[in-house]
Amino acid sequence: MSAQLPILQLLFPLIAAPICSLLHNRNAAWLLSALATWASLATAIGLYYQTANGAELIYEVGGWPPPWGISVNIDSLNALVLLLITGMASVLVVAFPASLTIQWLGSRARLYYTAYLLCFASLIGITITGDAFNVFVFLEISSLSTYALVAMGRDRRAQLAAFRYLIMGTVGATFILISVGLLYMATGTLNMADLAERIPALHDSTVVRAAFGFFIVGAGVKVAMFPMHFWLPSAYSFAPSIASAFLAATATKVAVYVMLRFIFGVFGAELFFDVLALDQVFLALAVVGIVVGSLAALYQDDIKAVLAYSSVAQLSYMVLGIAVGTASGLTAAVVHIFNHGLIKAALFIVLAGIFVRFQCTRLSDLAGLGKFAPWTVGAFGVGAMSLIGIPGTAGFISKWYLLLSVLEHAWWFVALVIIASSLLALAYMWRVIDALWLKEPSQLVTERGREAPLRMLIPAWVLALANFFFGIDTTVTLGAAGRAVASLLGVSA
Amino acid sequence: MSNPIPALAICLPLLGALLVLANKDRPNLRDGISLVTTVLLFFLVLSLYGPVMAGEQPAWQFISPIPGLAMGFRVEPLGLMFATVASGLWIVTTVYAIGYMRRNKEKRHTMFFFCFAVAIAAAMGVAFSADLLTLFVFYEALTLSTYPLVAHKQTKEARRGAKIYLAFLLTTSIGLLLVAIIATYATAGTLQFTPGGVLTDKLSVTGLTILVCLFCFGIGKAALMPVHRWLPSAMVAPTPVSALLHAVAVVKAGVFTIVKVVVYIIGVDNLAQTGAGDIVLWTAAFTLTFASVIALRKDNLKARLAYSTVAQLAYVVLGAMLANSAGLLGASMQIPMHAVGKITLFFCAGSIYVATHKTEISQLDGLGHRMPFTFAAFFIGSVSIIGLPPMGGAWSKWFLLMGTADAQQWILMGLLLLSSLMNIAYLLPIVGRGFFRPLPAEEASRLPAGTIEESPMTCVIPLSVTAAGCVALFLYADAIHDFLLPLFP
Repeated sequence: MSAQLPILQLLFPLIAAPICSLLHNRNAAWLLSALATWASLATAIGLYYQTANGAELIYEVGGWPPPWGISVNIDSLNALVLLLITGMASVLVVAFPASLTIQWLGSRARLYYTAYLLCFASLIGITITGDAFNVFVFLEISSLSTYALVAMGRDRRAQLAAFRYLIMGTVGATFILISVGLLYMATGTLNMADLAERIPALHDSTVVRAAFGFFIVGAGVKVAMFPMHFWLPSAYSFAPSIASAFLAATATKVAVYVMLRFIFGVFGAELFFDVLALDQVFLALAVVGIVVGSLAALYQDDIKAVLAYSSVAQLSYMVLGIAVGTASGLTAAVVHIFNHGLIKAALFIVLAGIFVRFQCTRLSDLAGLGKFAPWTVGAFGVGAMSLIGIPGTAGFISKWYLLLSVLEHAWWFVALVIIASSLLALAYMWRVIDALWLKEPSQLVTERGREAPLRMLIPAWVLALANFFFGIDTTVTLGAAGRAVASLLGVSA
Repeated sequence: MSNPIPALAICLPLLGALLVLANKDRPNLRDGISLVTTVLLFFLVLSLYGPVMAGEQPAWQFISPIPGLAMGFRVEPLGLMFATVASGLWIVTTVYAIGYMRRNKEKRHTMFFFCFAVAIAAAMGVAFSADLLTLFVFYEALTLSTYPLVAHKQTKEARRGAKIYLAFLLTTSIGLLLVAIIATYATAGTLQFTPGGVLTDKLSVTGLTILVCLFCFGIGKAALMPVHRWLPSAMVAPTPVSALLHAVAVVKAGVFTIVKVVVYIIGVDNLAQTGAGDIVLWTAAFTLTFASVIALRKDNLKARLAYSTVAQLAYVVLGAMLANSAGLLGASMQIPMHAVGKITLFFCAGSIYVATHKTEISQLDGLGHRMPFTFAAFFIGSVSIIGLPPMGGAWSKWFLLMGTADAQQWILMGLLLLSSLMNIAYLLPIVGRGFFRPLPAEEASRLPAGTIEESPMTCVIPLSVTAAGCVALFLYADAIHDFLLPLFP
């Protein structure tokens, strides 16, 4: 049984999805998705412990050995990402019914659950597969299901946002497909481990270099790396709030994982750093992304847009960590994948709860909410602290490693940018907290102000407290990240 | 050697805060809980003197979030002194605050005493931190917990002041102090407070100079110019807050941190040999002169006291940057001496406000006869701030002057003396007005001459106690001196 874990956690949601679309009872549909999600979490925890000694699990799907069949590879890196995806989904799924009853009536909820399950399954698929083409397949599934999730947003602008996301997502996936095709042409294999062996001999090959270029652009779109980030703010702002929480916590993080995996596990660090010097490009884009994202976040009225632009900046932190390329830089990137997922899930779920009550998340309408809903706003405050990077929270750990890694290179300017962006994060989160806590209540708040529904408040506080937990006890996150980075750098050496 | 008392000293006020919150509908019980907590905390802090005098350093490590980066508490003489000052003055301030808040019919008492207790817990954390990171956490907690106190009146002006307060303190701490901390870790590989410092021979003189600047300007609570602007803004807070926090706990947490960084991170000898503190030294000299000039020109009593505080804090920074035994001793002794003196002055300002609702110095004519205790205490506090015997302030000024002499900084010595003259010029005329000018005609006619019309006893007793404390500190200064001397051989 335990040998089947790698594939089981993909199968749970994948099998539940079509069944779910047939269940007309909304509660039954929810229960099925929740059970599938929790089962995946249980397997992810099992996998984490199986890889905790640094081992790599290779599972051959259908018993076919790799060059012919598809292999599923689990090491410390994707075990951590799996833990994030399944963990966040398990908490968020609790809040789904409370957020959906207001937004959609009738039987459409089951379709929503189906889309969610497909999205969830595809994200797991991207993370575990050891086959380059499979990554593309699952990316497509995730794009299509995300399209559905976003389009069910509160108003018609959601459909435009979803369309934009579809176009950008398809462009990104197509670029990755071209890249995979070129790689196959040059090497004759699609298995990642085989690719990693054959590519070093082909460093001068234009085909491989073109493949790398296509891959970087394609993955860059998915990561929302500057300047390919334009789809993200509108998608997050107009998607149903709970979907924003799920996507912000998982989808972009998986994209960062894909980037890490391909750069270090397929193309090789030598090609990235020494031959093509792409780290310089990444560095420049990351710095600009950090500044642009943070500044844009400062001028948004919709709290969801504030968080969305902040995500652009935070994702650039991870890109920066990749660009630094040292052990501490990569640790920062890997740990931030996890910690930022945690932060954004906590913040977005609070917004989802607020949305249920007020049907809006505009700052100007929500002034003074803290007096009526201290617990709701309090959970947001904890998330905000973690986002800023106050010591004792998860956000601090990743920021600490990032700064250290930058200082190791004596890149003072970049260190300054990180500090400045922390201050900007302080400023834009403070704007929100100030309005929610300290301003006089607006009319809307006075009339309808009360706490978010309990079924959303409890998950919100679970996530908020998790931010403290992973800021204080870092054995899981830093441990897995340390092992992951060792194997990433080991593979490339 | 694990000793939970430092951790208890932080939990106790927090527990008190929660009990205050739980009893928000029973004002007498609530205020009683506040008082009991203060007394318990004070005795808890005193109980640490036994082991520390015996040469021990009770320590308690709680977490290590990043390998090689432990967080915890360790009690050493400087921190214990700061904790004693903060917790001891908390008792009198609580008595005073109960009287002040009730008499002035201020709102939201529960929130007030809750935040007050949290702030003291944070101050204890600053005092007992064993490393820079722990200190930073509690430093930020102190900022955040005092913010609602500054904004307490909820007027537009109060909110504006509170915003400036927060903006200055958070920006400097994250933008400069955190950078300094990370740079320290990157060079030294540790953040533990270690006697003799951890940075000797690890940085060039330029690098060390930059680091010292980052620390001293990053610790915005020390109110070195130009990051002093928050302090006058914070004066919109109710007077007990100004008294305990912006004359004692918050600002002293700032200068205490600077002294601690100099002694345990940078290293006194290191600083003396490299001369890396010169920029900050002269900035402090400038601050103490210029802030006195501003204080001379302020008519609002609390604003004048605020700028006086800015000047007096610069004494501590100056003493620390002199980097010799006498200078550091003077700097450390200035912490309790100034605390007791300045809290007396703020208590008096609040007492005048409670009794007469007067805030400007030009309105104080003849009030001395109406409020003899208040004005007598103001006189004693002023003399202590100026640094004349027989008040405690005399000793710290004395050692600071010795420090400038040892460092052969004659210009600085001249500036210190000039500043003392300015202290006389801006403090004593206030007392003079009270006693030697006649009351305005309409007020004199309201009550017969010689009538005493003091503020409530809960205000008068605390300010008399602290005024007596100024004298006591003069007489028993040798105890503090002997306690601290081993740190600065």
